[in-house]
Amino acid sequence: MADRRVRVAGGQGFWGDWLEAPVRQVTGGPVDYLMMDYLAEVTMSILQKQRARDPARGYAGDFVTLMERLLPLLVQRRFGVIANAGGVNPRACAQAVAEAARRLGLGGKVRIGLVTGDDLLGRLDDLLARGHELRNLDTGRPLRDVRDRVLAANAYLGAWPIVEALQSGADVVITGRVTDAGLTLAPLIHAFDWRAEDWDRLAAGTVAGHLIECGAQASGGNCLVDWERIPDLANVGYPIVSAEPAGSFEIVKHPGTGGRITVAGVTEQLVYEIGDPTRYLTPDCVADFTTIRLEQAGRDRVRVSGVRGRPAPDTLKVSVAYHYGYKAVGTLVYAWPDALKKAQMADRVLRTRLADLGLAFEAILTEFIGAGATHGRLAELGPLAADLPEVQLRVGVRAGELAPVERFTREIAPLILSGPPSVTGYAGGRPKPEEIVAYWPALIPKTEVRPVVEVIAA
Amino acid sequence: MTRRPRPTGRAGAPKRTKTVRLLELAHARSGDKGDIANIGLIALKPEHYPLLVRQVTAARVARHFRGLISGKVERYELPNLRALNFLLHGALDGGGTISLKTDAQGKVLSTALLRMEVEVAR
Repeated sequence: MADRRVRVAGGQGFWGDWLEAPVRQVTGGPVDYLMMDYLAEVTMSILQKQRARDPARGYAGDFVTLMERLLPLLVQRRFGVIANAGGVNPRACAQAVAEAARRLGLGGKVRIGLVTGDDLLGRLDDLLARGHELRNLDTGRPLRDVRDRVLAANAYLGAWPIVEALQSGADVVITGRVTDAGLTLAPLIHAFDWRAEDWDRLAAGTVAGHLIECGAQASGGNCLVDWERIPDLANVGYPIVSAEPAGSFEIVKHPGTGGRITVAGVTEQLVYEIGDPTRYLTPDCVADFTTIRLEQAGRDRVRVSGVRGRPAPDTLKVSVAYHYGYKAVGTLVYAWPDALKKAQMADRVLRTRLADLGLAFEAILTEFIGAGATHGRLAELGPLAADLPEVQLRVGVRAGELAPVERFTREIAPLILSGPPSVTGYAGGRPKPEEIVAYWPALIPKTEVRPVVEVIAA
Repeated sequence: MTRRPRPTGRAGAPKRTKTVRLLELAHARSGDKGDIANIGLIALKPEHYPLLVRQVTAARVARHFRGLISGKVERYELPNLRALNFLLHGALDGGGTISLKTDAQGKVLSTALLRMEVEVAR
């Protein structure tokens, strides 16, 4: 067993990622597990809105469609699938996958593990009453300030409930809110029988999870280094963790696929969306990213070793979604000559009309796309500014109430006939107001959260 | 982009340096955590890392992004990866779903940092 490797393939970096990737991951070569991360912070808000409209929804529907393609392969090859596709309604997601299995004539051949217990919404008032203030980690405000607007509250569970589901024989494990890294760490714990105090190994598995949780970002996608010469992104191979029992692992991809796996590219992903690198906090351990050693072990093969870990914190992160207000964004395109000046004048006209209407916004933000919208004054356009072929005016507004945002959406089109000239790009019609469900990060003692693991037969 | 040479202020025989953009010495990736953007800055060659540590300080990055972010800048060092990690507070107009920005998740602040100019030996 000492040289046994376990291969965990990353299949989705977010809900909306390439639909072909997970299928290619399980057909392009041997893998033991397919992990898929569907839940960005923003995603939970979207799913929450869906469940509010229809109690049978609130999970990543694309996952069920995908599983219809994967289940026939899964029963032949017996690889495991682990996904946080359950969103805010993991049970409905698991039931939908079970129905898909039955439709495919695979009833009785697939065991579906279901991890719940992350949902704290029903217990929120009890928690608050017992003195858990759930203060916002960024602002310090207590949750009671927005309690009447809370739509969802989920604790980030770790790897261990998924391990329990795998130990109970689940082929497919569907979770709600768990840490992204836990989706990869769990099958490694399960396969190698790691212990809860194996801090270095748990940290290594956590780093492995961090590296593949964003899909092709570890294998040549969205990679700045030498980006023009990264081969065949159309056919990019998503990353695979090939792990050893002692905790070291390699990041690889299937032969014959595009993309590239290098120390430089893997480093970009290591530093992506981290805070203090010596304290990468998860429910399972604290990983120290300053101990990671990387080496190019071959073509498209990076070895990761030396990872050190420390005991897990006694708190879990809680993600609360609450109704914040409304926003809308309107755009128009102005053409040469003086495209930027025209867009700037249109912005002044629009703002004057909004002010004359007495509309109250929390924020109005104007950007000139093509003229420094993303880098601001750092873009240093200089004399180029006068000669741009076109500039898109992009104005966004945000308010607590819907009415002013709704009114704003009717003030864009009039600029076409009553504003500066050479204007186009309005075929999309009137912008739509969008509800803002905002995100409130907090901490809760681990002892308050009880994960529940079930295995259901399809 | 290479600019005209400039003498350093060191006493004795003045060593000449040139000004280059970080883009020539480093690569980067950025993302979000709430209203905080993180930028990981990575030396293209190991020998560039000490220069990054010396010149790309938290204070310098805060000046670079002045007017574009509303909060402080923190810096962490990862010598094992020849990388620095910067946290830019108040960088995303409230962040996530609240933000009205095109780059609501700070995904291209990475290359905005690579516009910074540093001094290198000629």
